[in-house]
Amino acid sequence: MTLSDGYPTETIIGLEVHVQLKTQTKLFCSCSTRFGAPPNTQICPVCLGLPGALPVMNERAIDLAIRAGLAIDCSIPPMTKWDRKQYFYPDLPKGYQISQFDLPICADGFLDITDEADPVKTRRIGIIRAHLEEDAGKSMHDEATGRSDSRIDLNRCGTPLLEIVSHPDLRSASEAKEFLAELKLRMTHLGVSDCEMQEGSLRVDANVNLHIDVDGKKVATPIAEIKNMNSFRAVEHAIEHEVDRQYDAWEETGKTIEDEAKTTRGWDDAKGKTFLQREKEESADYRYFPDPDLLPIRIPQQRVDEAKANLGELPAELCQRLQTQYGIKLYDANVIVKQGRELIEYFEEAATKSGDGKRTSSWIQQDVMRTLNETQANIGEFAVTAQQLGDLLQRVTRGDFDNARARDVFTHLLKTNDSVEDAIKSLGIEAVDSNEIEVLCRELLDANPQVIDDVKNGKQQAVGALIGQAKKKNANANPKQVRETLLQLIEQS
Amino acid sequence: MLDSAQEVLQLQSRGDATAVEIATSAMDKIEATQGSINAFTHINRELVLSTAEAVDQKRRNGEPLGPLAGVPVAVKDVLCTRDMPTTCSSNMLRNFRPPYDATVVEKLREADAIIVGKTNMDEFAMGASTETSAFGDTRNPWDVSRTPGGSSGGATACVAAGTVPLSLGTDTGGSIRQPSGFCGVTGLKPTYGRVSRYGLIAFASSLDQVGPIGWSVQDVALLLQCIAGYEPRDSTSLNHEVPDYQAALQSNDLRGMKIGILSEALDVDGVDEAVRNAVLASAEVFRDAGAEIIDISLPHSKYWVPTYYVIAPSEASSNLSRYDGAHYGHRATQLAPEKSESLGPLVATYCQSRAEGFGAEVKRRIMVGTYALSEGYADQYYNQALKARRLIKGDYDAAFSQVDLLLGPVSPTPAFPLGEKVDDPLQMYLCDLFTVGANLAGIPAISLPAGKDASGLPLAIQLQAPALEETRLFFAGAAYQAMTDFHKLRPDTFQP
Ligand SMILES: [Zn+2]
Repeated sequence: MTLSDGYPTETIIGLEVHVQLKTQTKLFCSCSTRFGAPPNTQICPVCLGLPGALPVMNERAIDLAIRAGLAIDCSIPPMTKWDRKQYFYPDLPKGYQISQFDLPICADGFLDITDEADPVKTRRIGIIRAHLEEDAGKSMHDEATGRSDSRIDLNRCGTPLLEIVSHPDLRSASEAKEFLAELKLRMTHLGVSDCEMQEGSLRVDANVNLHIDVDGKKVATPIAEIKNMNSFRAVEHAIEHEVDRQYDAWEETGKTIEDEAKTTRGWDDAKGKTFLQREKEESADYRYFPDPDLLPIRIPQQRVDEAKANLGELPAELCQRLQTQYGIKLYDANVIVKQGRELIEYFEEAATKSGDGKRTSSWIQQDVMRTLNETQANIGEFAVTAQQLGDLLQRVTRGDFDNARARDVFTHLLKTNDSVEDAIKSLGIEAVDSNEIEVLCRELLDANPQVIDDVKNGKQQAVGALIGQAKKKNANANPKQVRETLLQLIEQS
Repeated sequence: MLDSAQEVLQLQSRGDATAVEIATSAMDKIEATQGSINAFTHINRELVLSTAEAVDQKRRNGEPLGPLAGVPVAVKDVLCTRDMPTTCSSNMLRNFRPPYDATVVEKLREADAIIVGKTNMDEFAMGASTETSAFGDTRNPWDVSRTPGGSSGGATACVAAGTVPLSLGTDTGGSIRQPSGFCGVTGLKPTYGRVSRYGLIAFASSLDQVGPIGWSVQDVALLLQCIAGYEPRDSTSLNHEVPDYQAALQSNDLRGMKIGILSEALDVDGVDEAVRNAVLASAEVFRDAGAEIIDISLPHSKYWVPTYYVIAPSEASSNLSRYDGAHYGHRATQLAPEKSESLGPLVATYCQSRAEGFGAEVKRRIMVGTYALSEGYADQYYNQALKARRLIKGDYDAAFSQVDLLLGPVSPTPAFPLGEKVDDPLQMYLCDLFTVGANLAGIPAISLPAGKDASGLPLAIQLQAPALEETRLFFAGAAYQAMTDFHKLRPDTFQP
């Protein structure tokens, strides 16, 4: 990019993303990982770090980490281990965090994102590594009481996290956002994580600096690590702001990466600014060493192969298949895929039954998703089964009745346990034979002769009023059929 | 009566004594010797008697009884007990009551043993004399001016004083075997992973192991039988079936067994002549029992102590980070204003809580370990020590390809006077000269009484076996005790 009045610059961004793995229990004890429980109610001697308590690894977290790693094309080395990362903080009751230092569970992957310059192409963003670690607790500094009162909630302590570290391959704030969106889509699609930034199940730190081209000579600005961003939009804004800030700071002070160590900056969403948190990244010495309470983990190739086989389609492949198999547009395929595995399965079953992918897709995006939203329900417990929806839409496509009547059936199905057949019967829907339609249309034209003139003068839409009247006289009258019959009769008259 | 668990069991089954009578006698003796020996950090007569009463009630009701029914057992104060404080003999945990029992304590309760109290130790098990305890020294029942050894000094002294037949200690670098030797009792460090560490307050996690102490191999085997076994709560616990140890004690015939004698160890500077002679004499006993004695060497044994004193403090520095005054344990309340000012209240609280809560030896090891793990030094110290540890294990593997057991001394000297080494850490560390090898290699080792020196102090020998071969130690140990009476010697202070 080029700032309007300055030297050409290139933005260099690397992301560190913490993804909370969707396990029932914590990484090293059997406490629940449920979000939002009252403080300090999901704790035990192990996650409290009480003397004598010992960690026991949760195998499910290993499975999910392998799955996540495969989703971003990482290799899964045959041996990984646990290390202690040591520092003192009140929300870290053991005085160390169990993490992975030199042998992470996932290494050397990539994630392809859409190329902003050419949307039909993709750009490959390298992933350095992804390692497992336990989360710390939460310190709450309560200034409201007027005392410097700090409270600690250890519910989150020991929750499994996967820290994914990208290469500094991202070149703009919007690319960073795109990377996160794609990462979230894959992780949620594979059931690895909920990736809810608001709940802290996805956390992002961004390392940002600029390469400024000063008359052919590259100058790098000092790196800043930005923290406390709680939405994708915030990540984008924070980086945009930081890019401007760094350029201005460079213009003002001339300081380059040689002159200043990495700093840590927080993001203030309300002010729309990053602010200095730590002047110099103190070269913290975490004194990593292998945790003697836990054994190294051997991951046989067979386990990786099985995980690969069970991975299923990744979102991009799935979108592609939905387009070709059901004849829907990329946009619609994307919407469906983003809803997750259950809805995708629902769509596929309904579309197969109805034989009309487009109609099924539009019904799911409108009627089904709206109802789910309104009732805060899950597709798994939805009252209209995929078979029923398919059955219903098949009849519409066949011309048995129109969308409006189908919607009546759908509403009926939501409230009852009736089959589609029974619903249709109990609503009194039946096909009207063409003689009956013709009689009905003649009556209407006799009563409204001006419509004949209007149509003959080229105003075909004039028949619309009569279609409405026809439906009032006979709810089962198919509007399409009525319209065709009316136009035919007018032409003959 | 209280010097044999087997006898205590028989007395009850014959109806000659009740668990309450036995527990009362144990408590009387504990109270009588507490002033002179100071083996315990905590006792609770009422609790003990009510536990004993419950065992008697079970017996009267004809309910099934555990293998240690009514046997008084002392527990080292590094093992968590939900009904008694667990202090590690440290001011840091002076008022700490764990909300749970250590697995070994649970197993004692399941076996219907009577836990009489918690025994004194070096603070956080760091020491070889029980002098670093925040609850005062424990004294050796054979000579109260001398140390019982450490860190499980209370655990061995309470047995030697005749207050209980059995006790549980822990051994990180010799902390069961050296005090067993100093107090003339039998003590076993099991294979690493044989006994669950859950609820054992960690000193050095890769070396710590809980083990039994008693007068005889039979009693020690009986207690190991109750506490050994795989446990999922300890990831390092070994998933191997526990053999029937008593079955190993049926024969004194050591024919076909090869015992390697570590002669080099006997020539090391500072090894007492009496210690040397005791080892050589025991070799003759084993030979008489039919064993073949072969001279053997462990080439890297000179690196044992340096390796141990890097790995153990490194792990300790990490394990003891949790004692920061924030969640439990000692918290400094009166912060020095200048510290509070310069460090901020949080860091000042950490620093001062730890400064007040820990004793000198614990601080020394935390500092050594922190240094050894620091960036730029880890390769020189910690990582180097890990390499040495592999070589040390390799020595043992090579030795055990030639022999079934290794015979050698436990400590260079018998019990030394209190105060002699407490201000000289390096001298104190040399107490571990012959014991840390077994911890570094994770193998089992037993200390057996082997007579008295000229001043009447107990002498001891050590047998070491390959991993999970406790049976072999019991087999040879029982044969030795069948042919000698050293384990029947009692100090003058012994409470009959
Ligand atoms: Zn827990």
